[in-house]
Order: sequence, then C-alpha cells, then structure tokens
Amino acid sequence: MSTEYNFAYLDEQTKRMIRRALLKGVAIPGYQVPFASREMPMPYGWGTGGVQVSAACLVPDDTLKVIDQGADDTTNAVSIRKFFEKTAGVEVTEETAEATVIQTRHRIPERDLTENQILVYQVPIPEPLRFLEPRETETRKMHALEEYGLMHVKLYEDIARHGHIATSYAYPVKIEGRYVMDPSPIPKFDNPKMEMAALQLFGAGREQRIYAVPPYTKVVSLDFEDHPFERGGAQQACGLCDAQDAYLDEVIMDDAGTRMFVCSDTDFCRERREAGHIGEMGMPITEDAA
Amino acid sequence: MTPLLKVENISKYYGNRLGCRDVNFDLYPGEVLGIVGESGSGKSTLLNCLAGHQEPDTGEVVFDTRVEGLKDTVTMSEPERRMLSRTDWAFVHQNPRDGLRMSVSAGGNVGERLMAVGARHYGDIRSTAIDWLDKVEISDDRTDDRPSEFSGGMQQRLQIARNLVTGPRLIFMDEPTGGLDVSVQARLLDLLRGLVRELGLSAIVVTHDLAVVRLLADRLMVMKDGHVVETGLTDQVLDDPQHAYTQLLVSSVLQV
Repeated sequence: MSTEYNFAYLDEQTKRMIRRALLKGVAIPGYQVPFASREMPMPYGWGTGGVQVSAACLVPDDTLKVIDQGADDTTNAVSIRKFFEKTAGVEVTEETAEATVIQTRHRIPERDLTENQILVYQVPIPEPLRFLEPRETETRKMHALEEYGLMHVKLYEDIARHGHIATSYAYPVKIEGRYVMDPSPIPKFDNPKMEMAALQLFGAGREQRIYAVPPYTKVVSLDFEDHPFERGGAQQACGLCDAQDAYLDEVIMDDAGTRMFVCSDTDFCRERREAGHIGEMGMPITEDAA
Repeated sequence: MTPLLKVENISKYYGNRLGCRDVNFDLYPGEVLGIVGESGSGKSTLLNCLAGHQEPDTGEVVFDTRVEGLKDTVTMSEPERRMLSRTDWAFVHQNPRDGLRMSVSAGGNVGERLMAVGARHYGDIRSTAIDWLDKVEISDDRTDDRPSEFSGGMQQRLQIARNLVTGPRLIFMDEPTGGLDVSVQARLLDLLRGLVRELGLSAIVVTHDLAVVRLLADRLMVMKDGHVVETGLTDQVLDDPQHAYTQLLVSSVLQV
C-alpha cells in the first residue's frame, strides 16, 4: 500500500458524506439520494460512482472482488481492483465466496450472496424515467407522488412494437412496493436475484446519485397482467462447465460462425470445473491451465 | 343545481404586470364556456390558473369533485390536483407537441392516462386505445405509428382522444383549432361538438376565433387587458355586443 494516499483514496470527510448518503439510501429503499460526487482518477462511465461507494464501505480487513460483466479479468475489473490494492491495501480475491465487498458492472454473481457481503453496482443512468420524461424536476416529482404510469408506457411500447417486452437489461423494478428503480444495466435474468441476503448499493458518479436495496427487500419487476415478467436467458448449457441455468455469453470462435456459450460469471465457471463438471467444449481444469 | 366549477376573484400578476384580474364565473355540468379576446388579454393566463398549471395570486377555483364535493383546487394538495388533472380534467393544448409524447406510439399516448390510473392489462389498454382512436377518426392501422408521422389535424385529434380516454368531466382547450386549415378545422369542430354533446362534457374554450365559439360555446366571456368586459349567451354577445371592445372585435371579423 502506498502511504501517499489516504486509505481507499478518498479523504475522510468525503467518505463520511458518502456514508451519510448511503444510510439515507438504505433507510428509503430505491430512493435516489443526491451526493457530491468527486472527480476520480478514471473517466466517467468507468465506474466512478461504484468506486466512491466501495471506497466509503471498505475497511482494512475487507476482501474486495471486482467484476465486469461477470468476469474478474477484464480491463475495468482489473484496473479498479489494482486501484484499491494500491490505495487501500486491502486483500483482493476472485472468489465470490471469499469477498466481503464486491463491486460489479452489469451482473450479479451466480453464487448466492450472504448477509456478510456488500454488492456495489456501477450505475450509468440512475433515473428509470429519463428516456420518457427528460425533465429531472418532473421525474423527481413523479417519484415523490408515486406517479409511475409512464414506466408502463415504455413496456407498452415494447409489446406494441415487438410483440413482447423487449427490454432485456436495466429492466425497471419496484422496491418494497414504493419506488421504481433502475437496477443498473444488469440483464433481466438477474432481476429475481435482487431479493437477496446481501446489502446492495448503487453509485452513479456522473449523475451524482446513490441508492440502495437493503437485505431481503421485496423487488418486483414491472409487467402487465397478460404479459408477465420473463427471466429469459440462454437455452444452452455452458460449453466449459455444463451449467444449465447460468447466464451465458455467446462467443464467436472463427470466421465460419462457430460459436460457444460460456458462463459470464468466470468465478462460478471455474469453481464448477474444479468440482469436476465438464461441458461439451471444455476439458479438465489441470490441462486447461496449461 | 351545483356548478361544476366556481371561479371567484381570480387574479394573476407577473411582477407589476397584470395577467388577469377579478375573474368570476360559474360553469354548470354540460356547459361550454368560450373565452375570447386579443393576444395578451389574459385568456391563456386565466386558463392556466384554472387548470392548475399556474398558481393564481388571489381567488378560488372550486371544483365539484366526485368524492368530496366542492373543493378549492388552488389550496388542495399537489397530488390531489395532479390526480384531478389526469382523471376528471383534460387539457387540450394549442400545439399538439405540448400535449403529446412525440416519441411514443399513438396507442401508447392514449393508453398513458389509463396506465397512470392503474390499468395493467395490455390487451384491455390496447383495445380501449383503438376504440378511442376510432372515435376521433384515426384508423386502427395507425395505432402503432408515432404522432410525428401524423398530420397536424390528426395530431390534434389524437391529443383529444388521449385526454378523453379516462372520461373527464371538464375539458380545458387552448386554441384547439389554431394553426389548422379551415376544412380540417371544421371537421375537428364537428368532432368536438359531437363528443361534448354525447359525453355531456363541460368545457372552457379559449380562442381568438369568433367562429369557433359561435359553433362550440353556449356562453361567452370577452376579455380585454386582463379584465372581463362582457359576458352573456354566445349568440347574444356576438349579435348584439354592448361593450365598445366587443363591438370592435365583432366588426373586425373578415367577411368572405
């Protein structure tokens, strides 16, 4: 750990400010709390909101895991993990079960999280009503007065145009029967998992908003009576670990259009392969490593 | 008979400038009131104050609500007033762009008010929307088109369908035929007249077009410089104007 930085990069006053916003967010599940987002040493859109929330949550004996679209080894995940290794000196891990704080972009880990874990989401656009009502003054009023008819107009348009609800990520949810919330761009496949044991915190750096879903909070995906919410997801099994009900990425293998489906959660896939599950295109883990 | 709307001493100032002053009238169920006057006479200010878009400086706008009876809409809570404006009230803007969501299909535009009051069955919402589009003479194969692909007259008719779908009792109209050519205007007026009679709506129509009020309105209010200068039955005011300004207004209409 470099001693030139305060623990976890941000100064203590800033962390207190963010924690106050977090506490308010937890007290009012789904409500977007404004906070004084700081400049971070990375561009907006790379997770500045999530990083600030993580920084405010971390303590020296935490173990941090960072994932980007389920993977631990992509640019965004690696650089944020390195950032906290350097500025906070905390333990880092790729194993979901080992981590106490998990910062994520666009996925919820396949493994069930526990009460001892915190899941931090990076949020690009916190306002679910943004694309239908561009005025922030108006959307805040709509949240305050619980006027959410407009959210269904979006779903109506989907069905009118595509025959089914075509929104497949950032699928709007209602929290504890009150606030409609954007769950960040996670696939709607992950929506049912949001009723979990872990604390979920959402940070939007550019938009300067923080919101939260406390453990075991009711999270309902919006739908119509005659077009109920469907989880979706791939029909195949993972090519490497043969998982049947995980969220899969489609990977194009060559110019002839050969493709394989593989778990987007790399840690989940590794764990299964170590336990001896082998998919159609996979091989035992020892050879794989070579 | 209790009036649907009782307006008492409505005044609105913009700083030192007068918007409108001391306007009083009662509107009874099924009645259509026309408000005429030149640009800047305060008629739009008055309409916005009545519809809750602007807060008047003084006065009361008492509406006969379904649940609680007569209630002042100026002092009622905002959620209540907004609820009124998407159930019992309707507002037809002069420019359809102000009253429609241009990026949402015609069906979605009509369905929005239904979904806002809790409808959650896609099939029902859609069939109600198609029903209303039919009433305003928009064919059902245009249901999924966006208003931006519609002509001005169709946009205006769509706006009317969108407003009437929740069965309002009072409809505010701000120059509903402004900017439309005369043949389209005539058909829109015909449609409006039919709907108002058929559904027993009350309406307040603001316009500078005397032909429109002659056709639509039972009663007429003439405004000048923020004041009401003359009121009366439409035919009476137009055929036998008493106030000098009304006389000027009536005699200024171009004869074809």
